[in-house]
Amino acid sequence: MSKEHQASSLLDSKILVPAARDAVRKLDPRQLVRNPVIFVTEVVAAVVTVLFVRDLVISPAAAGFSGQIAAWLWFTVLFATFAEAVAEGRGRAQADSLKKTKSDLVARRLKPDGSTDTIPASGLKVGDIVLVAAGELIPGDGEVIAGVASVNESAITGESAPVIRESGGDRSAVTGGTQVLSDEIRVKITVAPGSSFVDRMIALIEGAQRQKTPNEIALSILLSGLTLIFLFVCVAIWGLAGYSGTVLSVTVLAALLVTLIPTTIGGLLSAIGIAGMDRLVRFNVIATSGRAVEAAGDVDTLLLDKTGTITFGNRMASDFLAAPGVTAGELAEAALLASLSDETPEGRSVVALATGEFGVAMPRAEFDAVIGFTAETRLSGVDQGGRRLRKGAVDAVLKFAGLADQDVPAEFRRAVDQIARTGGTPLAVADGNRLLGAIHLKDVVKPGIKERFAALRAMGIRTVMVTGDNPVTAAAIASEAGVDDYLAQATPEDKLAYIRREQQGGRLIAMCGDGTNDAPALAQADVGVAMQTGTQAAREAANMVDLDSSPTKLIEIVEIGKQLLMTRGSLTTFSIANDVAKYFAIIPALFVATYPALDTLNIMRLTSPQSAILSAVIFNALIIVALIPLALKGVAYRPAGAAALLRRNLFVYGLGGLVLPFAGIKVIDLAVSTLHLV
Amino acid sequence: MTIIGWLQISLLFLAVLIAIKPLGLYMAKVFAGERTLLSPVLWRVENDLYRLSGIRADKEQSWLAYTLAMLAFSLAGFVALYAILRLQAYLPLNPQGFAAVPPDLAFNTAVSFVTNTNWQNYGGETTLSHFSQMAGLTVQNFVSAATGMALAIAFTRALARSKIATLGNFWVDLTRATLYVLLPIAFLIAIAFVAMGLPQTLDASVSATTLEGANQVISLGPVASQEAIKQLGTNGGGFFNVNAAHPFENPTAWSNYLNIFAMLSLSSALVYTFGQMVGNRRQGWALIAAIAVLLVSGVAVTYWAEAAGNPILTALGVDPALGNMEGKEIRFGQAMTALYAAVTTGLSDGGVNGMHGSFTGLGGLVPMFLIQLGEVLPGGVGSGLYGLLVFALLSVFVAGLMVGRTPEFLGKKIEAREMKFAMLAVLILPLAILGFTAVSAILPVAVASIGTAGPHGLSEILYAFTSAAGNNGSAFGGLSGNTVWYNTTLGIAMLLGRFAYVVPVMAIAGSLAAKVKAPASAGTFPTDGPLFVGLLIGIILILGGLQFFPALALGPIAEHFSMLAGQTF
Repeated sequence: MSKEHQASSLLDSKILVPAARDAVRKLDPRQLVRNPVIFVTEVVAAVVTVLFVRDLVISPAAAGFSGQIAAWLWFTVLFATFAEAVAEGRGRAQADSLKKTKSDLVARRLKPDGSTDTIPASGLKVGDIVLVAAGELIPGDGEVIAGVASVNESAITGESAPVIRESGGDRSAVTGGTQVLSDEIRVKITVAPGSSFVDRMIALIEGAQRQKTPNEIALSILLSGLTLIFLFVCVAIWGLAGYSGTVLSVTVLAALLVTLIPTTIGGLLSAIGIAGMDRLVRFNVIATSGRAVEAAGDVDTLLLDKTGTITFGNRMASDFLAAPGVTAGELAEAALLASLSDETPEGRSVVALATGEFGVAMPRAEFDAVIGFTAETRLSGVDQGGRRLRKGAVDAVLKFAGLADQDVPAEFRRAVDQIARTGGTPLAVADGNRLLGAIHLKDVVKPGIKERFAALRAMGIRTVMVTGDNPVTAAAIASEAGVDDYLAQATPEDKLAYIRREQQGGRLIAMCGDGTNDAPALAQADVGVAMQTGTQAAREAANMVDLDSSPTKLIEIVEIGKQLLMTRGSLTTFSIANDVAKYFAIIPALFVATYPALDTLNIMRLTSPQSAILSAVIFNALIIVALIPLALKGVAYRPAGAAALLRRNLFVYGLGGLVLPFAGIKVIDLAVSTLHLV
Repeated sequence: MTIIGWLQISLLFLAVLIAIKPLGLYMAKVFAGERTLLSPVLWRVENDLYRLSGIRADKEQSWLAYTLAMLAFSLAGFVALYAILRLQAYLPLNPQGFAAVPPDLAFNTAVSFVTNTNWQNYGGETTLSHFSQMAGLTVQNFVSAATGMALAIAFTRALARSKIATLGNFWVDLTRATLYVLLPIAFLIAIAFVAMGLPQTLDASVSATTLEGANQVISLGPVASQEAIKQLGTNGGGFFNVNAAHPFENPTAWSNYLNIFAMLSLSSALVYTFGQMVGNRRQGWALIAAIAVLLVSGVAVTYWAEAAGNPILTALGVDPALGNMEGKEIRFGQAMTALYAAVTTGLSDGGVNGMHGSFTGLGGLVPMFLIQLGEVLPGGVGSGLYGLLVFALLSVFVAGLMVGRTPEFLGKKIEAREMKFAMLAVLILPLAILGFTAVSAILPVAVASIGTAGPHGLSEILYAFTSAAGNNGSAFGGLSGNTVWYNTTLGIAMLLGRFAYVVPVMAIAGSLAAKVKAPASAGTFPTDGPLFVGLLIGIILILGGLQFFPALALGPIAEHFSMLAGQTF
């Protein structure tokens, strides 16, 4: 995965100290009630504390045991709140630096009469127009309506190279807190202060607006249900034991309850969620909701723009194919002249090819007329003397030359077909009504992209390439890049229709885009990633924004989503599997006084009933701390099919969860009995 | 344990295995409304029934309408059966002249048969008239089983369909289950039973003078017909009080074989039907594999425990090679009794051919534990399948996240709503079993019914509520259940176990049916392979069974280890 921000170390005291403070603050039952499992643990801890105080007064001999149980129950709660606090603390460090950038922004607001006044940025309203000159910070999110400037966006992207922002087109969006380096621009504020991009980012990172995601809610229901069942079991045990004359103390039943309910996953659940969001932020992606991160893990189909994702955005001229009776040099010279006015990367690549490989000298002639390249005409050229040189899309040039289909030489047609079939784009060059030849523009597929698609396929994710190219070109590139499907000559409507169709079939779609015309598709997609360089409309429609503006990021986003779900599932499985060992520690301890034969069930050979119960409670608390790093880092992830992932994780966390507590409780029991704690 | 014993057990499982596919395919056709072998004969009857009762067969119901229809039908069945029992003295076919059944016992019995539990607090041959047995119990034997099948089929459709809000028509499913599946097969089995020597008569009991000159009353009645549907519909309520241990209910090794085959094959085949209807037969086989592993383990433990015998008796000079023969019929032996015990409890049958309470501690633990797992091995006809599917949903939910996707089962996403109702359903068994047992264990009026001292006494109570809440109906023996306390509480436990369980399950079905069915890919959690089978077994044991461990530790487990330690109570 590329370009990850330096992850702060888990043992960073800058995070741990405030987290420990927060952990205590989070013990507030009103806050804890959001987490039923830990809330029940807290209530039980409080009850046992009361019993401990009673023991102190009535039977000090028993107080040692109930005191230790109470202490460890409190630790269990504390460790859970600590896990959440650490996760939040890691994000907060990042949020603090963001806050600094926007704390003292001022705006030069343009008044209707043309004069300006200076107000604090927090006083801006949507629709206000502000002037920002070189060296100044842009006061709020908005759109450039006049001027062009280079802007340093490193405060939010971490990328120090400045970017160009200009009015009109797809590069008009600016973000509050970024710095204009040159020139002056007029910015129309489009977002009210307080809900700007940086504000949202801070809120997300701090977890302040964190809502439970759908899967988190479902999992909480399962955990609450289990808690209810075990609560019931423990109450029932009291009655069942009464039958055989065993009187169980509330302290041991409380210990049994807390060890049986899924405190491990219950304590780590929200930390896992926060850490997942945090991981995205470290990859320079801001998600507007946790729901989107979860959906990313479920994605079935990735809609990828060909340009910039699969190929290096620019098509490059790679060859001149002269028409019959025309020399290659002649064609190269004509192509060069016709391309001088074409500032597109394609145009420049023609110039580079002609002056470089074909050795044509850069002309210094005067031209009668210069025809620049536009999207409408799709050709460029010059008029010089009697020559009317044009270069451009084949049909546009043929139309310019006034050539009917039957007039086009067969060689030329073959050359054009050949170029298109191999995934290239043919351009034609003509002088008046004389066809000079074709230029081979080639799309270069990024190295390594084919392997990534193969990995995605193994994960069950289809890749679909979206391109404006004709079907022949699209097919050639699709096969070279190894995508599963392609959408040729795609209009934004086609994209939207494709997404709808896939969703009808029950698939989840992710796509990225940056233009305003991508906005509907971005909104329709289950995961829509907008580029930070994109338009405001695209950024609003998407549920994630990539600050690096790298279309390949979509793949990493999917992986982060999957890792988040995997971590949650692995720790749930681990937590539930733990119960087996805990039963074997506590049940014989509870009943051995009544039925001595039940000591056979004490397969761990724990020292005494009291040490067995205490050891299980201690294990139950410590395992939360031990798993905090895993919850924050996420389980190891490598792209593989579901069957392979399941086999591996079931082995590690299922079987591990079954076996580990037997060893853990035994070790703790040895320590407890060696130290004579009970 | 003997090789012959294991051969007998294997042969039975083999026979069931062979029957699964044809039976399963047949039922898939029946419930899809397709033409089957019996259509020429029964099609007309089926349609006449719809016309007479004003049912539009092509009109499907939402989950709520389906469930309400089921509840209304069950309520009507309960009222009718209760009335028959209370009024039997005035009704025909009462050659023995039995009096009305007392209110609490009538309540218990009516609930028992409507919920497909068939717990018997009555002695059939000494309490009930032929009319009560035939028009009351046998009718419920059919329709309560058909109700279970209908519900299971509705749940199956929920997983088979994509974005459809309806689950089928309860009345149609009920009619087809009875008409095309239960009636014809029960008819064949009844004929076979008659051939094996089971009585089938409307005559009163016969009096005989024994060799000692004493007078013995030999009870007779329509035994074969009731026995057939008792097993086929996993009802388990026998004609006689001692159920299939009685020589007239289960005279030979062959009839014993047919008993087990009848109860096991239909339920197992329904799992295959599920696979067929959702378009994934491998899924059906995967579920059957999980069932088989747990069920065979149950048989093995019981057989081993019974064959190992009781060391206390061995010390007193009993030949250890005999094992524990207490509570078993010589004509069946340990292997066939162990097999019967595990199957009748893994299923929701509840017929017995030996007294579970007379088994060793461990041997008695197995049937109890199998019911507590939720009777999903493969459970009562229908009820077992949807119980098993709830566990499958839980397995997928717990472990499915581990593949990095929101959990889905057969293309349906498992979300908060499904989990909410699944947990509600899963709560019912521990609530009903442990709650009533804990109260009964300390309430003097309840403790008075116990037949044995020590941990075995607790086992008797625990087994009774386990059997009732699990809608099994088998008894441990020892407990005098025919008291107002037990008649009432067991009745409530049965109602909870059936209806409080199935309503949330149907809500899940409604929610799943409306969801779009996502196509499977390499990234989808595979639910039809051996890994899933192992996972499902683990989840059934941990989420379904582990909460009963403390209760079992105080009952059969304490009994078992005490026995090994030579301690008696």
